[in-house]
Amino acid sequence: MAIQLQHVSKQFHKKEVIHDVSLEVHAGEIFGILGPSGAGKTTLVKMIAGIDMATEGTIHVLGSRMPNLQTMARIGFMAQSDALYGELTALENLHFFASIYGLKGKKKKERIEEVLQLVNLTNDMKKAVHQYSGGMKRRLSLAAALLHEPEVLILDEPTVGIDPLLRQAIWEELERIRQKGTTIVVTTHVMDEAEKCMRLAMIRDGRLIAVGSPDELKKQTGTTTLERAFLHFGRAYA
Amino acid sequence: MRIQAIVVRIIRQFFRDKRTLALMIVAPMFVLFLMDLVFNGEQYEPHIAIDANVPQPFQDALKEADAHVTTMTKAKAMNELDEQQIDAFIEMNQTALRLTLEGSDPSVSKTVLMTVQKASQTLMPPAKQPFTIDAVYMHGSEDMALFDNFGPVLIGFFIFFFVFLIAGVSFLRERTSGTLERLLATPLKRWEIVIGYVIGFGIFTTIQASLISSFAIYILDMMMEGSFLYVLLITFLLAMTALTLGTLLSAFANNELQMIQFIPLVVVPQVFFSGLFNLDTMEPWLRSIGVAMPLYYGADALREMMIRGKGFEAISFDVYVLISFSLLFMILNVFALKKYRKL
Repeated sequence: MAIQLQHVSKQFHKKEVIHDVSLEVHAGEIFGILGPSGAGKTTLVKMIAGIDMATEGTIHVLGSRMPNLQTMARIGFMAQSDALYGELTALENLHFFASIYGLKGKKKKERIEEVLQLVNLTNDMKKAVHQYSGGMKRRLSLAAALLHEPEVLILDEPTVGIDPLLRQAIWEELERIRQKGTTIVVTTHVMDEAEKCMRLAMIRDGRLIAVGSPDELKKQTGTTTLERAFLHFGRAYA
Repeated sequence: MRIQAIVVRIIRQFFRDKRTLALMIVAPMFVLFLMDLVFNGEQYEPHIAIDANVPQPFQDALKEADAHVTTMTKAKAMNELDEQQIDAFIEMNQTALRLTLEGSDPSVSKTVLMTVQKASQTLMPPAKQPFTIDAVYMHGSEDMALFDNFGPVLIGFFIFFFVFLIAGVSFLRERTSGTLERLLATPLKRWEIVIGYVIGFGIFTTIQASLISSFAIYILDMMMEGSFLYVLLITFLLAMTALTLGTLLSAFANNELQMIQFIPLVVVPQVFFSGLFNLDTMEPWLRSIGVAMPLYYGADALREMMIRGKGFEAISFDVYVLISFSLLFMILNVFALKKYRKL
């Protein structure tokens, strides 16, 4: 088991944004967190990544309790916003993040070349990032999250604002990364993306309303689409 | 290693943003140049000490001419002059009045000279005047310009102002662009971020401080009695204080505009206590507020060095206070970052 959440709650200024969430993510799977915007998806993945702390409950990633700096070195995180330095070139951005993760010399150079190739930006690596299109920035963010070959990859809405072709390419890429043994957690509010996950957690108003594979969830509710299944589970909680 | 990565990144960003680079270096020079052209003086009541051998009618005439007059021995007066408790000392030297001026502020010197002349004229018609006045300057000289006196304060102020603003805004950007959160998702420790910023910006402010000081001293020909290296040390420390204070306060601003709102709150009040305006005309309780302001120490040290040509002993206290301010702000900054990541 790669990630385990036990009775996790989170309060911001006395307002509860995550309420008693318990779930498990198995090693080597693509796990989706599905929910409308404002449901608490970002808060949840930030707690798993070790940036935020749960008010109650515990989170374990790769066997250690979060937040933990050693474990954070084994996690790759891609935030919702493209956290890149616009004045710098793609190459310089990757050099910076590689150094932060302690990569050096030949290994660093190799990894940078590999991830640039992976996201197909090798030809544009010397361009300043502020000249990049939205899609290119997303791909560069993904490349930065993959630099240190993380065992757990956390992606917060990785395909927002990306054209369908590129979205397809990113999902194929995620599948390839998964096959190498990486555990992937991805948040989304798009139903057809959720279909591509091996297992799913449905989140509404900070509560976990269902967990299971897309087929299981549809079977349980007797529906044909995830959207209907979501509505069904949502009603049960309302 | 990780700190080095931050330092290299900051330096690269600086060279990409030519306009900011120019703002940090050229803008202060430009304003100093303008100040050099336009400065004017103001009214002040001088503190004059007199030796007991000065005739009583002359003493009365001095008081009449709006001077604060105290009688003291020459030894004590020289001491007080050195500590800037008084502005001038008058003694009888056979038939001549010997006037010793502290001299570092030309507007004060001018006022003292005018007061003494006025006093001697009311005493006797100019034609029959028995005294000649012999003026001696402790620091500075008759032809010291007003700008020479304000100059050191202005150098300190502009370095403080621009470093504060630019460091604050760039740290704020790190937060609003999401890169700070991204950094905090890595095993980077909070103090490593703070130190990285201090070193990265430190390299720049060193270049900035040396260029601005050289410009003022060698091109604008500002008065310079002491060691240039000490001037650099003080400007560097002042920049460090501004840098650490700017990054600390940026944690309490949500956008660039809010960062700019700190200028009237944090930067402008420091000008009033920096010695640009005469502190002696201020209420004592008000004057004591200056003690909490970094620019007060920086400006004091720069004046001791540039106008009075003193050595390290004269500025050591200021140096230690500025270092303490920087360290304090850095530590507070490490804690302020807790807002974004608890660990």
